Amino acid sequence: MIIARILGTVVSTQKDERLLGKKLLIVRPINVDGTDTTGYVVAVDTVGAGFHERVLVVAGSSARLAQGMKDTPVDAAIVGVIDTVDIAAPE
Amino acid sequence: MQLARVIGTVVSTIKNEALEGRKLLVVQTLNRHLQPSGKPMIAVDAIGAGVGELVFWCRGKEASFPFKREDTPTDCTIIGIVDSEAHVTNQTSEKIVQERK
Repeated sequence: MIIARILGTVVSTQKDERLLGKKLLIVRPINVDGTDTTGYVVAVDTVGAGFHERVLVVAGSSARLAQGMKDTPVDAAIVGVIDTVDIAAPE
Repeated sequence: MQLARVIGTVVSTIKNEALEGRKLLVVQTLNRHLQPSGKPMIAVDAIGAGVGELVFWCRGKEASFPFKREDTPTDCTIIGIVDSEAHVTNQTSEKIVQERK
């Protein structure tokens, strides 16, 4: 899983019927220290995340395992909203 | 599967139901010389690993197999703790054969 920040939304009317009612968000992968990286992913939201929140994104076939996503054609899903990330000081 | 060092923890209150009660850890992947390589990832813990430990993890859909509920949405799961760094040997097979001679 990776950490990402929500950058925006995607609206799509004409789509696979198994994606009906799913919220599509544009997320940018970020480093564990909170700094942005480059690139973006369109991910399906399964938890009700909001704009600019840090979220957990699952990629690949595991994305289909989230609730309500059985047999949907997705390869990225938001499965959690992050409260905090603690990194231990190097020894 | 790859080796990684657990370097931190993640707290998430709002999450997918299947992830409830699961420990989320930040892992830094390592190369075979146990040097950091690549970016840290967030992993679900399946065996009770802690910060600072040397572990190995599994990627892809198989990452959800350790859990009884196979609908756990994870693509990165810690599936084993390496006993110690001394238990990771990197000698090439030729070197091992030479040593045995």
